Order: sequence, then C-alpha cells, then structure tokens
Amino acid sequence: MARSVSPRRKLINTTVAWAIGLLIFFPILWTILTSFKSEAQAIAAPPIFLGFDWTLENYRVVMERSDYGRFLWNSIIIAGLSTVLGCIIAVPAAWSMAFVPSKRTKDILLWMLSTKMLPAVGVLYPIYLLFIQMGLLDSRFGLVVVLMLINLPIIVWMLYTYFKEIPGEILEAARMDGATLRQELIYVLTPMAIPGIASTLLLNFILAWNEAFWTLNLTAVNAAPLTAFIASYSSPEGLFFAKLSAASTMAIAPILILGWFSQKQLVRGLTFGAVK
Amino acid sequence: MSLKSTLSAATALTLITAGGAFADAHSATITIATVNNGDMIRMQGYTDQFTAETGIAVEWVTLEENVLRQRVTTDITTKGGQFDIMTIGMYETPIWGANDWLVPLNDLSAEYDVDDILPAMRNGLSHDGTLYAAPFYGESSMVMYRTDLMEAAGLEMPTAPTWQFIREAAAAMDDPENEINGICLRGKAGWGEGGAFITVTGNSFGARWFDEEWNAQFDQPQWADALNFYVNLMNDYGPEGYATNGFNENLSLFNQGKCGMWIDATVAASFVTGDDSTVADSVSFALAPNAEGVEKRANWLWAWALAIPAGTQQEAEAKQFIEWATGKEYIELVAANEGWANVPPGARTSLYETPEYQAVPFAKMTLDSINAADPTDPTVDPVPYVGIQFVAIPEFAGMATEVSQEFSAAYAGQQTVEEALAKAQAIATEVMEAAGYR
Repeated sequence: MARSVSPRRKLINTTVAWAIGLLIFFPILWTILTSFKSEAQAIAAPPIFLGFDWTLENYRVVMERSDYGRFLWNSIIIAGLSTVLGCIIAVPAAWSMAFVPSKRTKDILLWMLSTKMLPAVGVLYPIYLLFIQMGLLDSRFGLVVVLMLINLPIIVWMLYTYFKEIPGEILEAARMDGATLRQELIYVLTPMAIPGIASTLLLNFILAWNEAFWTLNLTAVNAAPLTAFIASYSSPEGLFFAKLSAASTMAIAPILILGWFSQKQLVRGLTFGAVK
Repeated sequence: MSLKSTLSAATALTLITAGGAFADAHSATITIATVNNGDMIRMQGYTDQFTAETGIAVEWVTLEENVLRQRVTTDITTKGGQFDIMTIGMYETPIWGANDWLVPLNDLSAEYDVDDILPAMRNGLSHDGTLYAAPFYGESSMVMYRTDLMEAAGLEMPTAPTWQFIREAAAAMDDPENEINGICLRGKAGWGEGGAFITVTGNSFGARWFDEEWNAQFDQPQWADALNFYVNLMNDYGPEGYATNGFNENLSLFNQGKCGMWIDATVAASFVTGDDSTVADSVSFALAPNAEGVEKRANWLWAWALAIPAGTQQEAEAKQFIEWATGKEYIELVAANEGWANVPPGARTSLYETPEYQAVPFAKMTLDSINAADPTDPTVDPVPYVGIQFVAIPEFAGMATEVSQEFSAAYAGQQTVEEALAKAQAIATEVMEAAGYR
C-alpha cells in the first residue's frame, strides 16, 4: 500500500527537488547565457544575469573559425559506434555472468571494474605507441576501440545487474520450447531487459561523448570530436569566455537534446529493475 | 535486425570510419599544433593567403596551452608524426633541440633575415648557437599602471621602479571602498602561472633556484625576503583570493578598473588598451621592478615559436610556412589590414625601427623589457642553468608546479612562508638527487 504524503510535505519535497535541480543545472545555464554576451559583459563584475545586450556574434565567430560539422560528425560516429560495439560485446558477457556464473565470476567483475581505477595518463604512452605501430593515430576507428574498451566495464556491470533480476526460469522455459542460445538472447532476454539496455546505452553514449582525455591525446585533425572543438577555445592568455561558452553550448546541445527526449527511458532504466 | 546483420553493419561503419582518416591525407598539407591566443588566431585567418601563394594547404590543431604541451610532448617523444609544425615556447626549445627532436633552422633564406630576430629571442630559442624555433611573438613582463590613480595619489611612476616604490604606490592607490586594489599579481599554482611570477620576483631580490652545484637555494635569505615581501604586499593591497588569480583573472580585474597596478606579460598591453578595457585611456607602462641594490629586475622572457619536429615528411613545406608566418612580410600584412598595434610583437628588431610601430604606446617599453632580460644570465649569483622564469631542464615543469602549489598555499594562508620555503627546498633537493644532478 502506498504511503500517503501530506500536501505540505509534497510541497517541500517539490521545492527542494527543484532547488537541487536548478543548482545542478546552473553552470550549464550560465554557460548558455554567457555565450550570448560580449566578451566585456562576460567578465563583468558583478555578473550580469539577464540584463545584457544579447548577441549572436560569438556563434558567428565560432562558426567562421571552426568546422563545427566535422567535429560533430566525429563525435556522433565515435560515441555511437563505441556504444554499439560495447553493447555487442557486453550483452553476451553479462548474460554468461548472470545466468551461467562460475566461482570466479565475482572476481572477474571486480577485476573489470578495477581497470577504471587506473588514471588514464598512466597508460598514455603504451597506448600512444601501440597506435603509432598500428597506424591508428588520429583515426575514428582507433578512438571507437579505445572508448569502447574504457566504458566496457561499466556496461557489463550495469547489464549484469539488470540481467540478474530476470528470473532464470523464464530462460529455462524458452530452452524447453526449443530456443537456441541466440534466440534466447535476442527474443527472450533482450526484450525483457530493454529498459536496462537502453539506459546503459544512453549512459555509455553520454560518457563517450564527454570523454576528453583520449579524444584530445589521440586525435589531431581527422578524428577530432567536439571535446577538441571546445579545447580550441580555451585560452590562458586572453579573455575569450564568451566564445568559449558559445563553443561549449554548441558541443553540449546535441547531448542535452538527446538526454531531454530520452529522460523517461533513462530514469526508468536507472531506477527500476528489469522485471518490475 | 538480426545479430548477424547488426555485426555486419557495425563492421562496415567501422571500416568506413577508419578509411576516412587515410582518405583525407594530402601530399601538400601541413598540420600545425598551436595555442589559442589572439595573435595565433589572427594568423590562422591569413592562412588562405599562404595557401594561395604556395599551394600548400594548412590544417590547424588548436589546443589549450597545457593540453598542447602534453600533446606535442607525447608526440615528439614517441615520434608519432602527427604534426609538421609545433608551437612551443622557450622552455621546450633548448631541451628538445639538445635531444635532436627538432629540425635545426640553420638554412632559412636570405630574405627571411634571421639576424633581424631580437638577440634575446634568438638566444632563448637556440641550443649551442643553433636556432631550433622561429619566434612568432615574444614577450617580457612589465608594470602596467593607472595614470589617473597615480596622479590622484600624487605620485609619479619612474621608468624603472623598485619594489619599495611599488609598495608605496600600491598603498596610495588602494581604495577598498571603491573596489580598487592597489596591485594585482599572479598567485595561481602552476609553473607557467604564479610559478613564473614568483621566480622572477625571486631573481629581483637576488634569489636563485640552484647554485652552481645544483643545490636548491630556497633556504637562503633572498627567497625569504622575496616571498615575505610578495605575501605582505598582496595581503595588504591585493585582491581577495589572489592565490588563485592567474593572467586572465588579473586581466579581467584590471580591465574593469579594479587594479591600480598589474605586473605581467607585455602582451597584455594590447588588451588593457583595447576595446574591452574600461581604463584603456589611462594606462601607462614601466619596467618590471627590482629590490633596492639588486641589479636584476623581475623581467621574464618568453616566446611562442614555430618548430619542426624531426622526422616530419613535410620539412620543406614546414620551413616555407615558418618563413612566411614569422617573416617581415607577415608583419606588414597584419599592419596593413588591422593596424600596427595588432602585429605580433617582440620578435624582430626591424619592427621596433618602424616609425609607425614606434608610435604604438607600449612598443618602446616592450622592447626595453625584452632587452632587460637575459636568459643566459638570469640571476645575481651564477647559476648552472639557462632560463629566467624557468630552469631549462626536463625536470623543471613538474618540480616547479609542486613548488608553486606550496607557495600558493602560503598565499592562501594555509601555511606560513617559512613552511612553504622548507617544502620547496625539500622538493627541489629530492628531484635533483633523483635525477642525478647531484
């Protein structure tokens, strides 16, 4: 039976939730607002919140100076493909760990996660040398592989958690009906775990989109994604905050829109189990 | 969609993405790694003219300074070959030149007139007398001050002030009620930020990083004098939170009229007198100060320069670009289109002999500041290293960043000056011993 919540409590909860939401969103809002200011207004003290002369000049300069389309396309390809490839590898891996566990499964899961604990810069040189040997520097394919690998532990862990909640009896019933392993995965397991898989994919896509260590260090011209686009507007000698904000807004806009449209799926996947 | 077709589609897309990287390659295209600052961005805008003249296409990779440093260092030490030209500074050039990582620029054309490069810049970008990077623009440091506030305080800034005068002027101009700080200086941790500033301040008090035997010198009284003076000056007349202020934060404060004085890079002169400054009409300049009785001033010397990594396949094209971008004609091109105040400063003698440029308010002081800096003789007492605001050894960047973090902690009041100096001494001693200098 659902617990009844008093209107007063509901109001407080809502207010607190909105306040926290606004607090978290404020840096993004400030970046967006700054992108419409002049450079002088961007550094004004006290800061100007809304009462400034709105201008699109920064966007014009950024569009004129940079090939935004190329950076955007690279981001889409790299984040998208690394997510798809990661999913293709992670679904069978999570399935086997969830439904056919061995006594080492927990150790393997922990070991996979432990690879995330190493600072990325610690393996920069080995990976850079490997990329040189394999001719993968500044290639989208190279970045797809790297981003897929660094996000794989998270995907496997998340999918494993969802799969664990699916009763094994359902899969056994499918097997008794003559389903092969492939059919079991595709026609039984996957549809039941769709919310979980969708939220995992979305999260992985966001992580890959925002990744700013490997994407800056392994690219130059051809494969540089939007993280490199933003980095090109950061300047330690000169006040270009408005242009930097415009570039940042253009870089985060696609992922913000994606997140906005898929928030229902994302929240559902992250807060509920597969069969609830 | 079946698993098989999904896999096929993913593989096909992957191959397409991999192929794209190679398809874009072009024999007459050079790739240049650079930083994002006004002069570099301006140069990118004129690249089409270079391409039209030579048929050589140019691809730019623009990165934030620290990212660029990490990126090009990784590439050159692993011979990655990602770039045909790298924008590097005076710190990297002699070290990389000594390691044969850079192509010597000893066969530039007669029209380029390599002897026209300012001697201080040429020395700082050479190793064993060989030039390894061509300066695009150069800078020193100087005092930028508000003439209106100085006048109201009844003071007159000498051309070559002492630290004692700077303190006196800061006290006179400090006006907390009107949000005016007597002085704004860098305090932010980082070897190129606050670390650079406190190192030249140390030089101007007679301090040095190492003696001739590579013994750390932070336990000497000159460092205590310098650091105590800086901390007292900033605590008394500096802005709140100065321990986290770098170039940009101080530029912002100065442009908004919140600083009586600012001692920083000469390249800032064009910003504080530019359109975004609210005090553009009341700014003047003076040489960086020294402590009374100390011959060395708090001048640093820096250049953003173009260098060619050894092993590039496009060496001839890269040299062509360097001659174009750092030559006299480029300066004339910018002057014709954007005015003399916007040409890249601090690289060529002939620029300072041009009457039109001599009329630019900050031109003479920039040249005087650069000429006052000698990277081969940076301190009062002899040192075994080259470099003014840095020590040109590979270990310096990491070590100086740690030391500057300790100093910043002292600025923020988290520890005393004595504690910071003791830690700096320990850090520098340990690094020198581990690296085999002692």
